[in-house]
Amino acid sequence: MRKMRIAMAAMGAVAALTLSACGGDGGSSGGETQGGSAGGDKIRIGIKYDQPGLGYKSGNDFTGFDVDVAKYVANELGYSTDQIEFVESPSANRENMLSNGQVDMIFATYSITDERKKTVDFAGPYFVAGQDLLVSAENTDIKGPDDLNGKNLCSVTGSTSAQRIKDEHAENVNLLERPGYAECVTAMQSGQIDAVTTDDIILAGLAAQPNFKGKFKVVGNPFSEERYGVGLPKGTDQCADINAAINKMVESGAWEEALTANTEGVDYKFNEELNPPKPGDACA
Amino acid sequence: MDLLSEYFQSYLTALETYDVVAALWVNIQLTFWAFLCALALGTVLALMRISPVPSFQWAGAAYVNIFRNTPLTIIMTFCILVLVFQLQLNLSDDFDFNFFLWAIVGLSVYHAAFFCEAIRSGVNTVPLGQAEAARAIGLSFLPAARYVVLPQAFRGAIAPMGNTLIALAKNTTVATVASVPEAAGLMKTMIEFRPDVIMAIFATFALGFVVIVIPIGLLTTWLSKKLAVAR
Repeated sequence: MRKMRIAMAAMGAVAALTLSACGGDGGSSGGETQGGSAGGDKIRIGIKYDQPGLGYKSGNDFTGFDVDVAKYVANELGYSTDQIEFVESPSANRENMLSNGQVDMIFATYSITDERKKTVDFAGPYFVAGQDLLVSAENTDIKGPDDLNGKNLCSVTGSTSAQRIKDEHAENVNLLERPGYAECVTAMQSGQIDAVTTDDIILAGLAAQPNFKGKFKVVGNPFSEERYGVGLPKGTDQCADINAAINKMVESGAWEEALTANTEGVDYKFNEELNPPKPGDACA
Repeated sequence: MDLLSEYFQSYLTALETYDVVAALWVNIQLTFWAFLCALALGTVLALMRISPVPSFQWAGAAYVNIFRNTPLTIIMTFCILVLVFQLQLNLSDDFDFNFFLWAIVGLSVYHAAFFCEAIRSGVNTVPLGQAEAARAIGLSFLPAARYVVLPQAFRGAIAPMGNTLIALAKNTTVATVASVPEAAGLMKTMIEFRPDVIMAIFATFALGFVVIVIPIGLLTTWLSKKLAVAR
């Protein structure tokens, strides 16, 4: 009798797993058919799913500055919003996703660097960020990367900004690496961490989340230049069109509107000397 | 040919920027210390599971089932987020060394469950008569285990313990979630910033782990043959 009951429970668990897997499948294939019936080709755009303010997935909605720019550019290229399919593109996978054709373009806080340009092309830049610090709103003694000696600094695994601070600004900083920025901010909330470092706009997006509102501030002393580009497969002919779309977005005021909307409620000013950038005709 | 040498050149610059050997050395250190701790804890657990005291048996079985069935990443994240950040339990005053120690704790408590089961399988290779004979000459449980059962059990359990050790060596890559600068984290960094040599980077780390793991496998196979109890 007891064996029987265990067997039934196990079967129930298996059935539940199978059913939920089917549910997930049905959802995504449903999305695809919907896109197909809208007519025309679809465009697959790689974004981050876990960076509030830039690329963020909540439920079935995508929000953030990267998403807004991506939608604007796609519209200018002749795709309606229905024809955009957003795909998650984590940092370490971006080049592969472009060269394998899994995505058509990437808007994912993708800094233009010489090493990356060997394998992918970049249009843009559409934003120039700078590595900066996020600290508690009451904090007054951290005004820049040089004030971090003996402090605990958090960043995600593989971040250049934390290493740069250790190498160039504050030798005795304690580095903590977490898999995601949200964990850093949570650790800062509990008081074990004095500052979080990465690009200023990412920090502003984190601090703008409703549950963190008013608790953190961006220091506003950037110590690098990160030119966010649109990642494209090597040898693309789309750079000129995308750059024209970005320029149009800036001129129409939609660019600044998107930026303010996504960092609302945070004491944050983007670097006005470098922004908005004016991409030329060629690839970056 | 030109392309190839250019690729090789970029690969070399990547190796100059990032210290792969140092990162792999961290993995070896983690493997060594976690192996010692997990083996000690696993032996105690195995003793509890074969002891005649029901509450010990129950506690040992509960430990094994809980830790064997909890993903290592969760154990590691729990150590860092709950024990270090929320409860502020620090094992060392040195910021980085504290995480290194916690990573060893996480790896040890997880693999102890597997070492316990490996040792228990070794105990099963010891004929019942051995234990009975030990009791017959007047040894109580602990001396019987120490002088008669466990020495034979360990020799019979070398192969399964070798398997667990190899799994442990590879699982040290999970320590990256405990903020330990080891190989998996470095590989992620290198792939993110040097996508031009992505395949070479991947091959480097794969080779690194082959170099670490294969000697362990050869050694334990050799030991398990050499030390097998001839019956």
